[in-house]
Amino acid sequence: MASTTPADTPPAPPVPGPGSRSTGRLGDKVFLGLSKGSGILLLVIMASIAVFLSYRSVIALSDNEGNFLTTFEWNTAGDPPVFGIAVLLFGTVVSSIVAMVIAVPIAVGIALFISHYAPRRVAAPLAYVVDLLAAVPSIIYGIWGALVLVPYLEGLNSWLDEFFGWTYVFEKTEIGIPRSLFTVGILLAIMILPIVTSVSREVFLQVPRMNEEAALALGATRWEVIRLSVLPFGRSGIISASMLGLGRALGETMAVATVLSPNFLVSLHLLNPGGGTFAQNIAAKFGEANEFGRDALIASGLVLFVLTLLVNGAARLIIARRKEYSGANA
Amino acid sequence: MAKRIDVSGLSAYYGSHKAIDDISMTVEPRSVTAFIGPSGCGKSTFLRTLNRMHEVTPGGRVEGKVMLDDENLYGSSVDPVTVRRTVGMVFQRPNPFPTMSIFDNVAAGLRLNGSYKKNELAGVVERSLRGANLWDEVKDRLNKPGSGLSGGQQQRLCIARAIAVEPDVLLMDEPCSALDPISTLAIEDLISELKERFTIVIVTHNMQQAARVSDRTAFFNLAAVGQPGKLIEIDETDRIFSNPSVQATEDYISGRFG
Repeated sequence: MASTTPADTPPAPPVPGPGSRSTGRLGDKVFLGLSKGSGILLLVIMASIAVFLSYRSVIALSDNEGNFLTTFEWNTAGDPPVFGIAVLLFGTVVSSIVAMVIAVPIAVGIALFISHYAPRRVAAPLAYVVDLLAAVPSIIYGIWGALVLVPYLEGLNSWLDEFFGWTYVFEKTEIGIPRSLFTVGILLAIMILPIVTSVSREVFLQVPRMNEEAALALGATRWEVIRLSVLPFGRSGIISASMLGLGRALGETMAVATVLSPNFLVSLHLLNPGGGTFAQNIAAKFGEANEFGRDALIASGLVLFVLTLLVNGAARLIIARRKEYSGANA
Repeated sequence: MAKRIDVSGLSAYYGSHKAIDDISMTVEPRSVTAFIGPSGCGKSTFLRTLNRMHEVTPGGRVEGKVMLDDENLYGSSVDPVTVRRTVGMVFQRPNPFPTMSIFDNVAAGLRLNGSYKKNELAGVVERSLRGANLWDEVKDRLNKPGSGLSGGQQQRLCIARAIAVEPDVLLMDEPCSALDPISTLAIEDLISELKERFTIVIVTHNMQQAARVSDRTAFFNLAAVGQPGKLIEIDETDRIFSNPSVQATEDYISGRFG
């Protein structure tokens, strides 16, 4: 259930300064120890993951004959080994962008419908169904994607190719069933829809009544209330919701591995089959790789780790910059 | 253009609960009418029926007639959105749009209406802020967010926002109850100026305030908790506070209950 994942809980309020908690009572001390311990443990776990990834990566990278960032090849068993992440980085970013472009507007629309348009007896079941989407295991999405979505998308692909082929991105230059980055993006969009929807919905429901009444009293229609009061208040919430979804899309493994027919080519023709992502590549190769091959895969995992950190950092920057204008002080 | 409000036989409900019962009164144009009464007597609910804000509360519904000059606000062909564009409202707690600058806050209503010329906008914003006695305090920071102002300034910003669209009527729901005495004084002075141009209705818990700012005062009361609120009497403010015709009014204003 999406509603029980930790990601859905609102961020904890800031802890008051040290001066305000030194009452010396036993309960305070125990709780202080517990919370401090949890905080330190979290940092230790993060640091040890980073150290582990870096250490194993260095082993692999020092023997790599190719340029790790620009090589379009993954041959770790060769002598000398040549591997690079260019294709994986491209595939991961592109499929996630496709997913975001499709999912975020739809999710915000669903969230607005549930929070501000639907009558209450429709809204509650609908919210529940959207949350249920998050309960479907990703391998099920993968199987459904491969067996249902891929054949179904052939029609859409030829339509896009015919009418939007001039955009280059939607030009299909290779024959083949659409096990493409575009298909992966659509599948990822469906998978991140529930998390983006439910976080946005929660934020929209928290818009203070007086903010909405301010717009209503000026003679705003329902859409104008949303534009004047709800969306500005929810902006940082939508950004965090999208970043949570993006984090999922970047790291999604099984569904991508099941749907994509991987190769090591970079092509902006998104409808062409082929491509690869970090997680998919690791899942596909980890089992049969030798010790060195695994270190190389770990190196690619480190890049994914850094990429996710950067995405989250950027999200926080955006939210912090908007703080002066946020509804928090209203 | 200030307009006369003529209410007849108005009752308002929350679901099956009747909040106010059968109220009739006339509010004169270019005057201040104050609503006083104990908590729960329905004076705020009644105020919100005058711009059709009552019905945005889930379960809220209204029976009766509210005439604004010749137009029934509850006529079947009347769009509540249009009503709210001609009957402005200021709330208990200042509620500027937190994400908007001071300028955009004042301009928000005009932009909704869409009936303005771009080169007139700055002039209307300045005139409205001057009208709300706020211009000198904010003229150097029109692009800063409205939520950065003090509470009293925010409330005057909300008044500027409401008068920018030149409404016929201005409703104020306890506009000073969240403010300190100095800010309250500033708002009261402002109300006296605004009544030259608008019909003003103000709900207040503060009887001195009603006595200071209003021309006419309406006293609301309820028989018991859970009973609908009723209009007890409406009269010249001087009369209400010196020689009311109903005993309950005198008991209330002399502090014997409420």
